[in-house]
Amino acid sequence: MRRGDPAPHFFGEPMFLSLELLYEAVIFGILLGCFYAAVSIGLSVAFGLLDVPHVAHPAVMVFGAYCTWQLSSLGMDPILAGLALMPPFFLLGMALYRFYYEAFERRGSDAGVRGIAFFFGVALIIEVGLVLLFGVDQRTVEASYVGSSVSFGEMRIPQRFLVACGVALVLMATLTLYLSKTFTGRAIKAVAQDEPALRLMGADPVRIKQWAFGIATAVAALAGALLIIIGPVEPTLDRVYIGRTFSVVVLAGLGSMTGTIAAGLILGISESIVLMLFGASWAPAVSFGLLLLVLGVRPQGLFGR
Amino acid sequence: MKFWISAAVLLAAATASALLVKNEYFFFAAYTVLMFVVLATAWNILGGYAGYVNFGTPAFFGLGAYTAAVLFKAFALPLVLQILAAAAMSGLLGLAAGLLTLRLRGIFFAIATIALVVIMETLFINWRYAGGATGLQLLRPPPTAPFESYIKMLFVLMGVMAVGAVALARWIERSWIGRGLRAIRDNEEAAECSGVPTLRLKVFACVLSGALMGAAGAPMPMYLSFIEPASTFNLNYAIGALASPMIGGTAHYLGPVIGALLLSSLQQLVTVTISSEMNVLIVGVLLVVFVVLAPDGIVGLLRKWTKRFSR
Amino acid sequence: MTNVWRIWFSAAALAAAGLAALPVLAQQPIKVGMSMPQTGTLGAGGKAALVALRMWVEDVNAKGGLLGRKVELIAYDDQTNPALTPAIYTKLLDVDKVDLLIAPYGTVPTAPIMPLVKQRGLLLMGNFSFQVNHTVKHDMWFNNAPWNDAASWFTGYFEAGQKAGVKTIAFLAADQEFAQNLANGAKELAKKGGLKTVYEQNYPPATTDFSSLIRAIRAAKPDAVFVASYPNDSVAIVRAVNEIGVGADVKIFGGGMVGLQFTPIMTSLGSLLNGVVNYNSYVPGMNYPGIEEFLQRYAKKAAEEKVDPLGFYLPPFNYAIGQMLEQAVNATKSLDHKKLADYLRKNEMKTIVGPIRYGPEGEWANARVVQAQFRGVADKDMEQFRKAGKQVVLYPDAYKTGEFIAPFEKARK
Repeated sequence: MRRGDPAPHFFGEPMFLSLELLYEAVIFGILLGCFYAAVSIGLSVAFGLLDVPHVAHPAVMVFGAYCTWQLSSLGMDPILAGLALMPPFFLLGMALYRFYYEAFERRGSDAGVRGIAFFFGVALIIEVGLVLLFGVDQRTVEASYVGSSVSFGEMRIPQRFLVACGVALVLMATLTLYLSKTFTGRAIKAVAQDEPALRLMGADPVRIKQWAFGIATAVAALAGALLIIIGPVEPTLDRVYIGRTFSVVVLAGLGSMTGTIAAGLILGISESIVLMLFGASWAPAVSFGLLLLVLGVRPQGLFGR
Repeated sequence: MKFWISAAVLLAAATASALLVKNEYFFFAAYTVLMFVVLATAWNILGGYAGYVNFGTPAFFGLGAYTAAVLFKAFALPLVLQILAAAAMSGLLGLAAGLLTLRLRGIFFAIATIALVVIMETLFINWRYAGGATGLQLLRPPPTAPFESYIKMLFVLMGVMAVGAVALARWIERSWIGRGLRAIRDNEEAAECSGVPTLRLKVFACVLSGALMGAAGAPMPMYLSFIEPASTFNLNYAIGALASPMIGGTAHYLGPVIGALLLSSLQQLVTVTISSEMNVLIVGVLLVVFVVLAPDGIVGLLRKWTKRFSR
Repeated sequence: MTNVWRIWFSAAALAAAGLAALPVLAQQPIKVGMSMPQTGTLGAGGKAALVALRMWVEDVNAKGGLLGRKVELIAYDDQTNPALTPAIYTKLLDVDKVDLLIAPYGTVPTAPIMPLVKQRGLLLMGNFSFQVNHTVKHDMWFNNAPWNDAASWFTGYFEAGQKAGVKTIAFLAADQEFAQNLANGAKELAKKGGLKTVYEQNYPPATTDFSSLIRAIRAAKPDAVFVASYPNDSVAIVRAVNEIGVGADVKIFGGGMVGLQFTPIMTSLGSLLNGVVNYNSYVPGMNYPGIEEFLQRYAKKAAEEKVDPLGFYLPPFNYAIGQMLEQAVNATKSLDHKKLADYLRKNEMKTIVGPIRYGPEGEWANARVVQAQFRGVADKDMEQFRKAGKQVVLYPDAYKTGEFIAPFEKARK
């Protein structure tokens, strides 16, 4: 394309298809995809392994983002803040699971349906709580890596994406190792596969599930820190992420950790390419469209059990 | 018979108030309450009777609203025809969505309905004729006699729709369709094995539910004189439509009515006196409390108490 | 006996005097109602504007009120959310029963209530919105803003670009009423002026990440980039441009970015703003009678309320809305909306932002939009904006203070 050529039109708006743009879109999609995977991995544990209809997971993450903002405005680095928030969120997760278990799983058949409504109500309460505490305005964090970019030849990549991607990869690697190498980790996987067998072996499945849910919530806290590093947050941000996290978890296949990374990348790259080709107004539908596609064509996902 | 007599009395009272009461804001708020009665009743057909909890209300409601708005902009169609067209469109959406997603269980179905909402919203954000993300300003036609203001007319209209929706829900509940849906809710596999045509019943419930929600959405553009995607497809409608039956009781046709009347009136009151955030908080808290403590809702509680006292 | 009667008589006289005074005391205040975005994307501007309106109410009441009655301002927060304004204005009219209406600050919250006020035949004082009346065509609408149509806004930007030899242009606009009105008008003018559009994109108002949009603009290699955006997006776009770069060929960037006039935003963006050419309503150095004194009084009040302490952009204009209402009510001696509208339509009013006369569509007959380029702005320094110099006025000639520096990358240094 040369300057002066009439611009090609798509959906009535001039469009630019150049290899360079495509290349940049893919790179950007990979970075974003790692971030989406990190955000979804908590849900992979809570929903994929434990079968808890946790629609409030993105809301917990946004809550984590706000807590990060609060700590960061006192001077703490956002990533350190995220790490510091993990223990209290772990306890919060354990408490939430205990409550859910007592109220629903114990009582039997109707539970699934009401469980969804319960978590929806929780998500709502978190959202409104955030509005009452912090207001509807956007919040951002300041850090040395927010605002500057790194040059790779002609391409400039904002540092915040590189940092978020890096932390995301470390987080996922750690969690995957934990689940496959440690005793508790393997117990968690076992409880997902065959609960009666586990009980026969003398382990208490409820305590294991509680522990797992705690981990999922702690991971959500760190994901929240990454969220506010990547961009501004506002209280209703969880709604957009319900689509992204569930589409990643479903595409991955319930219970698959490695699948989550692959699915995250697929989502990130698809969103980035749709953004480039069709513009910003179609991007929100990508995650949900992908979800419906997977549910329709291959409901067990890529690596499903 | 009792039902029809009470319905007639209520409608007569509503019309009388529309002709006599002066304060417009009462009708402005009451319209919203009645609208949620329709939405809650419609939701309950699929969500309560069949047990398929879903968040898809904004998709059907929004499609109905936009159908009405676009038809009004293009052809200046009268309101009643707008409502019929909206119901038809949303019913079709219910058919398509039902066939695609009703094979999914529990939470997958619920998430798929959220997907539906976002996709519908994205479609309308990208449709310039319908206003895109900017929205459409609409000038209302004059109200039909004997109503002196448009809002009062909409209030009575929504009252008629509410009675119609509840009558429909009551009929379904008492018919073989209702029994089939209850069987599906209790144990879908067993119902399938006993010969209940589960998919057809579920899809029927989805179509009917969608059509009613679309009809409830159709007067919205005229109500506000304005329509735009973000608020029309907002998940807040899903919340109201879901919380009201859960609070009022999902097994009986009056459950959603009681729930919507209480919840929506409370919301209107809180919005005017305290703030609009507080009212969302109240809904969230009430939803959680009822879902945990009183799963059969207010109707369930009333039944328990009357049983206790009749001994 | 006589003493008792005297006491009773004096008591009765006092009571009678009190009763006579009662109508004055018990007189209802004149209620002026509005919603103002105090949170959400326009919130920073709205809060400052509200301080100015409250100042006007105080000033008017100190002079004895309007028509002998005190003035009361009822203002709700609409959160810059257009879905909330119809309900708020219905409540103002039917529950609070206000006498006069002012529109919310900004096009987006105002658009939904235009049909409402037209249908009810009410006077509405517009508040810095852009072309929000062009479809509804309400005849009792009077907008207070220094522009009228797209030309009043775009001409300055266009002329500066022409001097630098601009031939191609890219448009980036939010998909909301204000940005679309402005971008559509600007696109037509660009075409008439012989510029070729090489890129145009509308983005959803809630967009927070502009990296890919800026990359796409850079790939299109335009000479000029015209942006129509609201504060949250304006900030994100300026940051993205600094992170990724918009290309060495770009000569002029900016134009219609709301928010880059709010002091808190100018202070937090600091040197990131350098080189951007953008519109404004007032910069230090423009002499309107009474404005300096107003800004000094405003600065004190703003410091108390912890709001924009400089108050250049909106506060003087909001105070002027009050002044116009005051003049109309006092001249017609009534609160009848038709009479007030007739007065506003036919007369020139004196305000602290100069004399104001209205054209047939309810917009200013003579526009006075300033296009200025940010230069030499330092980080984290609010006081630097108090004096003239950081925003070099390029247009109109009456207020011009310097020449345009192109290309964009050069002006950033």
